[in-house]
Order: sequence, then structure tokens, then C-alpha cells
Amino acid sequence: MPSSTLLEVRDLRVVYDSPRGPVEACSAVNLDVRDGEFVGVVGESGCGKSTLLFAIAQLLSPPARVAEGTVGFHGRNLVTMTEKELNALRWKDYSVVMQSAMNALNPVTSIGAQFKDAIAAHESWSRQQIQERSVEVMRLVGIDPIHLRSFPHQLSGGMRQRAMIAMALLFTPDLIIMDEPTSALDVVAQRSLMVQIKELQQLLGFAVIFVTHDMSLVSHFSDRLLVMYAGQVVEAGPTRTVFDSPSHPYSEGLLNAFPSIRGPKVPLTGIPGAPPNLADLPSGCRFHPRCPKVMDRCHTEAPELYPVGEVLSRCLLHQGSEAAS
Amino acid sequence: MSPTTENAAVPEAAVAAAKPPLLETVHLSRHFRVGGGLLSRAHLHAVDDVSMTIREREIVALVGESGSGKSTMARLLAQVYKPTSGEIRFQGRSLADLHGRRDQLRYRSDVPMVFQDPFASLNPVYKVAHGIMRGLKLHRPDLKDAEQRHAEAVRVVEAVGLRPGAEILERYPYEMSGGQRQRIGFAQALAYRPKLILADEPVSMLDVSIRIGLLNVMAQLREKEGVSFLYITHDIASARYVSDRVMVMYGGHVVESGPTETVLADPQHPYTQLLLEAVPDPRAPLTVTTEAARAEPPAVIDPKPGCRFRARCPLAVDACDQVTPVLQPLAAPDHQAACHVNAPGPSASAASAVS
Repeated sequence: MPSSTLLEVRDLRVVYDSPRGPVEACSAVNLDVRDGEFVGVVGESGCGKSTLLFAIAQLLSPPARVAEGTVGFHGRNLVTMTEKELNALRWKDYSVVMQSAMNALNPVTSIGAQFKDAIAAHESWSRQQIQERSVEVMRLVGIDPIHLRSFPHQLSGGMRQRAMIAMALLFTPDLIIMDEPTSALDVVAQRSLMVQIKELQQLLGFAVIFVTHDMSLVSHFSDRLLVMYAGQVVEAGPTRTVFDSPSHPYSEGLLNAFPSIRGPKVPLTGIPGAPPNLADLPSGCRFHPRCPKVMDRCHTEAPELYPVGEVLSRCLLHQGSEAAS
Repeated sequence: MSPTTENAAVPEAAVAAAKPPLLETVHLSRHFRVGGGLLSRAHLHAVDDVSMTIREREIVALVGESGSGKSTMARLLAQVYKPTSGEIRFQGRSLADLHGRRDQLRYRSDVPMVFQDPFASLNPVYKVAHGIMRGLKLHRPDLKDAEQRHAEAVRVVEAVGLRPGAEILERYPYEMSGGQRQRIGFAQALAYRPKLILADEPVSMLDVSIRIGLLNVMAQLREKEGVSFLYITHDIASARYVSDRVMVMYGGHVVESGPTETVLADPQHPYTQLLLEAVPDPRAPLTVTTEAARAEPPAVIDPKPGCRFRARCPLAVDACDQVTPVLQPLAAPDHQAACHVNAPGPSASAASAVS
């Protein structure tokens, strides 16, 4: 199914301007998303994953700005577009589902009225057309269309997230960007929403960029995985490969951070320490202060992304493995 | 030197059998009046007829989805809400018999609570020391002066894994990560020398990578300080990691309870089975999701008799519509489930005789 490249992010660098100079939140990130592909972006709080997503969607507001790089979407660079040009694409060609639907939906208007606003921004449909399409997308996400008349507070957390996804589907965009849409939900609602997103994706063929801190969540749903740490991509590759044989110690740490419900009970340690302050990064490899496999060179030498089989890994352990393979 | 080594000589089962449970609830219920208007008679049954025990040095997990009544349970035990009916007994004494400020303070220091959101539960304008020192002043008359209190504050901060304690105490909440803040939440509770800590979703706001560290803190506090925990969560995998016993709540009822390993290895209630299926586990293949996973939890407003899970249940039979199932003992010791199909008891057979 995945064929041509829909989104091409090249050397994207995002900085936050601060009184003490710019702080880099995304350093030279490259990312390709093909048509109909599900790409997971994982990492801890403060690793730059949400910044990356906002930069792709052109939703950054000062002090954050794109310092370098391009975001090619359908072959056009989103970074240099004007707001007016972007508005023509938003909702229609790509849409964004935010982390907290309670905050993303307007509390004082009904769900249906908000759908109508999004449609009216692009098309001059009749009331009946708007109604028909609204009912259609609500059915797609499994909410009774009667809730078009409901206000956000009248819906449960899971239903609000579904309503947000319904809104993102109004024009059946090519790309939907999701920022931890399930993190406010409990395990059962989370699982059911994930299954639903995957089913809709198969039905409608849109591509998804899915940001989460819970690596286990995307294991069964994403095609490719991007692991971020301290503003950098540290590992990128097919999801299954990354899960079966993580090649960066940080990915391995993330994978071993959650307890299993099967098999023997083993004591876990998680990843000791906390992600670094982006304004005061460690020398050499940014992960070295927390890394269980740290070597002397890691303190001074900054690793690049080295190819390891199907994946790319930013770890000196894999330096030169390209020549070997 | 620590209580661990002293108690290790005595078999734990014998100790547990000899004493009354640390905390016990008997047919505990809490209903809320809902709906507009003064004349509204509709009641939401948040907690219905829950009988449970927590023993000394025991970690009990209370698992359920949003709206299952698990947080209401915590608030009942913390005396935020008064029970509609039923009773809570702490060390054999009913909480209804606590009179006066001294008794109340005593109970609160014995059973403190740790909250879900470490970003909202610490006062941003005070240093970490402030909250801990206030608690010590109020609840620890044995500490004579500021110096002793400070020493104790350093001790509890270090007990939850934050070092050096003296330096941490001088920090403001904004200088700390979510995981560190939540450790401060535990340190505050620990300062009261508690018997039981009520931990209401203590890790759900934190990154997956640091959750395990907090769960390890809970296990250590039990080990070294002899504290019991009621660990409230919707994540049954983390419940497995730390708890000795697990109780599964659905729609205000406890639907299954037992030793954690028994319940997870052989779940009997269809809801427990659903919860287990929903856990994302990259090491296991994706199981087919049932229709039940789609449905929403029930709003338990003026419920009619019958099983509250029946609308989502793949096993539902006629009896489930008519008779509320109660916990029935199962084959494994201490394992109970409330299900007409998988744990048939006298009430279910009576119902089938009627129909």
C-alpha cells in the first residue's frame, strides 16, 4: 500500500529563542511519510517530539521558530507558505488531533457547530450537505450522530477524542497528525480508540504521524518508528525491527520500562535519571549520562545516525557497521 | 535495624492471621444525588456494597476504568466523603467512632493520600521543605524542634530516592521533573509515619520510562518502612508489578479479587479478561478486540438489579438481567469473582430456577 512520499521533512531545526540565546528543541530531523503509512514518534517529555509535530503542522508560535530545513508536503514546502496558503490546506489536506480534546474543543458551542465552522472555512455547502457529512463522520468513529447537538462536557473522554478524530476526517485528508490522543484515556478506551484509528486508516487510506511516550501503545499499529531523545532522532526504522532488536540503548530502555502481564515477574529499573536540559546539553552523545552501555568516547564524540541493517541508530556502538554490512 | 529484619523471623501469614486487618470496609456504599433541581431523586451509585480488607505491609491494587468508582473508594477511605451506608474500620475501630480533632488528625496521619497530578498537588510558591515541615509540625509532636524536623525531612526525602535530601528540600516545584515531584508527594505522606498510603493513580501522569521508578519506591517503602498501600490504577500490568492482591472494580462493584498472580493467570470475570486483553504488550500478538471494548462504562444511576457488565458481556445469560451477582469463592484460595456464568453461586441457581 505505501507508495509515493507524502511528507518529506529535511534537516528540520526548531529553536526556542530565550534571553540567553536560542535553545534547540529539534536538531536536523529527517522524516519521510509515505501515502497511507502509520509513523510513530516516541520519546519522553521534553525530547522534542511535540515540537517536531507542531513544526510539521506549522503551528509553532513564538518563541519557537523553524531555524532551518524544509517540510515538503505534496512537493510544496510548508515552512515558507503564508498563513493564507496554509489555511487552504488545514483540515482539508492535513489535520491535527490534539492531546486533550477537552481543551481543543470549544466548550460553549455544540460539536455540530464546530464541524460546521471547519467546513465553512473551505466550502460553501448547504445546511443539508453539512449535516449529512457531519452525520457521516460521526458514524465513522462510532458515535451516535445525536451527539452533534451535545456540548463537549456532555461526552466522556473517549467520545471527545473520537469527536476530534471525526472532525479531522471531515474532508478525508491525506495526513492526520496525532499528539498523544489517547493519553487521557484508560487502558480499555485507549485500546478501542487505537483499533478504531487503524481501521479508519485502512478504510480511508490516510497517513498518520502518531506521537506518544508509551512505546508499547504503537507496537501493533505503526509501520515505522522514530525514537527521539533530547531533540535528536536516535533510532528510526520499521516498528517490528525496532521492537525485536532495538539498536539504541535508549530504545532498549524505553522497551524495558513497562511491566508485562505475561511471563515471569522481573524487577525493572526504567531509565535512571531525567532527560537533559536542552539549554545545557551534555558533551558527546546526549544520552551518555543515562546510558548503561556508555564508553569513554561517548563523553566527547557526538554520534551520527549510522545504518544498522534496516534501521538507523545514533550510537557509537554501530559506528562503522555500515562498512561491515 | 530495620523492621524488615525483625519481622522476617516470624512467618507473615501467622502475623496476619493473629491481628485484625489494618483496614476493612464492610458493605461500604456511596451514592450521589444527580440531575437538576432540588426534587431530583436520581442517585448515582459510585460505590456499592464493597467489602474489602488491607492487611499490614500489604500492597493492594484497585483496578478499574474511569467511572468505576475507584477514586470514590479512595476518598471514602480518606474521609473526604462520608459513606452513604456501610462502615470503614481501621485497626478494628470504626471510623464513625472517631470523635474530636485529635482522633481525626491521628487517622489522617496514619492514612495519608498521594494524588494523581504532581503538577497540581505541590504549592508552586513554596519550597519543597514547606509542605513536609508543615506536616511534621502538625503530625509529629515527638520531634521537639526545627532541627529534628529538618533531619526527619531529609530522611524522608532520601527514603524516596532523592539525594542529597538537604539540597532537594531547598528547591521549588518548578525546578523538578514530574517524577521527582511525585516522589515528593510520597515523601510528604511518609513524613507522617503512616500505616497505609492511599495512592490514587500516582503514576498515570508520568512518562512510561519513569513510572517504574515510582513503583519501585512503593515496593521499597513497604519493605523498609512497613507501609501498606492501596494502589489505584487502570493499568493492570503495573498492578501486577507491585501488588500482592488485586481487586477489580466495575460500575461501583468489586467484580473480582484475589492474589495478583492468581487473578492474572486465571481471570474469571469477563471484565477482568477484557482489561487484560487491552494491555498493550509488544511481546504478545495483538488479540482480536471484542465488541465489549467498544462500549462505554455504565452511568450507574438508580441501577436495577442485575450484573452491571451485562451489556458489554459476551457471556451474558438471563440471570444476569435479574439478579446482581455477588462475590463467590473460586477454586484457588482467596480468589473471588461476581459472575453468574464463571462463578455460579446460590443466587444464580435460584434465579435460573425462577425462569
